[in-house]
Amino acid sequence: MSTAQDAFAVTLRDLERQFGDFVAVNRISLDVRQGEIFGFLGPNGAGKSTTIRMLCGLLEPTSGQGTVAGLDIRTQREEIKRCIGYMSQKFSLYDDLTVEENIDFFSGIYRVPKEKKAQRKTWVLDMAHLQEHRHTRTGLLPSGWKQRLSLGCALLHEPRVLFLDEPTSGVDPLSRRSFWDLIYQMASEGVTVFVTTHYMEEAEYCDRLGLIYRGELVALGTPGEMKGSLMADQVLCVSCDRSHDALGVAATVAGVRDAALFGHDIHLMTEDAEHLAPRLRQALEAAGFQVGTVERITPSLEDVFVSLIEARDRADGAQQEFKA
Amino acid sequence: MFERLYRMLVKEFIQVLRNPRMRAVLFVMPVAQVIVIGYAVNTDVRHVPMAVYDLDRTPATRDLIARFEGSGCFDVVRRIATEPEIQEVLDSGEARAVLRLNRGFAEALSGGGSAQAQFLLDGSDSNTASVALTYASRISADFNRSLLEQRFSRTAGVRLDAEPIVLVSRAWFNANLDSRNFFVPGVLAMLVAVLTIILSSMSIVREREVGTMEQIMVTPIGRLEFILGKTIPFAIIGLVDVALIALIAVFWFRVPMLGFPPLLFLGTGLYLLSTLGVGLFISTVSSTQQQAMMTAFFFMLPAFMLSGFVYPIANMPKVVQVLTYLNPLRYYLVIIRGVFLKGLGLEVLWPQMVALCLLGATMLLLAAGRFRKTMS
Repeated sequence: MSTAQDAFAVTLRDLERQFGDFVAVNRISLDVRQGEIFGFLGPNGAGKSTTIRMLCGLLEPTSGQGTVAGLDIRTQREEIKRCIGYMSQKFSLYDDLTVEENIDFFSGIYRVPKEKKAQRKTWVLDMAHLQEHRHTRTGLLPSGWKQRLSLGCALLHEPRVLFLDEPTSGVDPLSRRSFWDLIYQMASEGVTVFVTTHYMEEAEYCDRLGLIYRGELVALGTPGEMKGSLMADQVLCVSCDRSHDALGVAATVAGVRDAALFGHDIHLMTEDAEHLAPRLRQALEAAGFQVGTVERITPSLEDVFVSLIEARDRADGAQQEFKA
Repeated sequence: MFERLYRMLVKEFIQVLRNPRMRAVLFVMPVAQVIVIGYAVNTDVRHVPMAVYDLDRTPATRDLIARFEGSGCFDVVRRIATEPEIQEVLDSGEARAVLRLNRGFAEALSGGGSAQAQFLLDGSDSNTASVALTYASRISADFNRSLLEQRFSRTAGVRLDAEPIVLVSRAWFNANLDSRNFFVPGVLAMLVAVLTIILSSMSIVREREVGTMEQIMVTPIGRLEFILGKTIPFAIIGLVDVALIALIAVFWFRVPMLGFPPLLFLGTGLYLLSTLGVGLFISTVSSTQQQAMMTAFFFMLPAFMLSGFVYPIANMPKVVQVLTYLNPLRYYLVIIRGVFLKGLGLEVLWPQMVALCLLGATMLLLAAGRFRKTMS
């Protein structure tokens, strides 16, 4: 194993997966460093889960290479399974087993050494705040608690790489927050975290992001890089009354590439915000709207993704809309 | 290997036994069913309702009718007075047979000649009809013989002693030809098959539907560990059920147990390999529990029909007979009937045991081969 590969917990080289004629993942290449929290973003059906499943040995790649913890995802699938943790969007512990029975089951399946079993069980129960509920049937727990238990069971064998496939979908914001605290804790202990999500605020928590759209890797970088250099467009934020109606007018002004509502404000993508601002105010006022501020803002990650995806759509000449 | 298998077993047992409804399905239902079916599944023909149309009304006709009544095979439920009533009782099902004795019956006999009696049967239930016909022929033969004896002693003054040939018949293994002795072991085989096939055909596909399968697939558990973990608990449950049902057969229905009981369990163990193998195979090729259920039924129905459970395999067309060699039930029925009723040992039953072993191993290997730790 080369040293370059050792530095990376996960590497993908032209990884591709087809289902019949449909290309779910189209020649993706990227590297994830040890101890990094890597966020894999994209709309539903973009190929996030397919990629993660290939990395976890659940799906065979159609072509391309990949390694996880230095092991080949084509030929060393069972070895990989010993050193990764996996948790999917669908809650996948046994509902009819108690919390403790679920922990014991996975602890046995992963063959956690005998002398460590009790300690790991305590760790999971503490981490998931389920000490008092150890004899509760798992199916009766609220979904946020279940997710913590799922994470705990995926970490029982102290994996080096943790794959999380939309781990917080359907979980309330507070639980989501505490879930991310756990992920940070893991990362600080040297675990590499590969997480998919479509929540933009979660994307901000990641060290590095990859944006996947229609099976292709559209952008790769830190959240800061994404908002800066990767964003070709500038964003104008316009506050005005009846913003819903104003949106239609604003979109027709020359130089506006795209317009979208953001709460009561309108966000406009443009190549040159400075020149557009006065013309825009004029156009809106002429149409009878009360215009407040018009200012250039730092784009949010959501702006970045909308912009990147629309750029890709324009390039593809396709008409598909991005549903955030 | 053993730690994972042990954990799988613990988990499967908890899942099966924790649910009260499941416990009832596994242990109460088979017992209740064998009791009910044990009484119901019976091809013995007794007390056939019959009507009599006696136009002669003489001592001779009364004697013949009394012989029918006294046989225990027939109950005279109605005496008919007019012709159209014959149609009526047979149509309504009030009687399954009608004995018609014309005027002049006694007169014809007394002249030393022969008289005719008509016996009408409802043939829609062919089994009952043919058995009833046999009984009727036997009754009329007895009647003839006693008539002949009377005539001889009267005319020749000698006793007519014996017929040229006397057939002395005895049914071995089931002296009273009690059909229950034949069917109760069959019911046992059927119930255990239903139970284990359904349980196992649901097991893997349920995990797939619920989503736990995906989690299992990313663990380093081996295919064999998983398949065994799914097989052993159901096999144990199947053996417990066989023990329960066998006890009921012997102590409730008085089915003789002439053989060595452990042999029954050896045979059952091998039989369960096949039923569980079939069930798991169905589970690996189905994507929903509904599909699995349907497939299981499509397997079970022909398996019961073509097993010799009710319809003798020897009566089937050659092509179908060949098919039955693939049916585990066929071999198991020979084993349990052999152990229960004939007291057979391994020296006779080994071919059946070997056949079950081969079938079971093949099915389990097929199931294990179909089971992948990757998604399609």
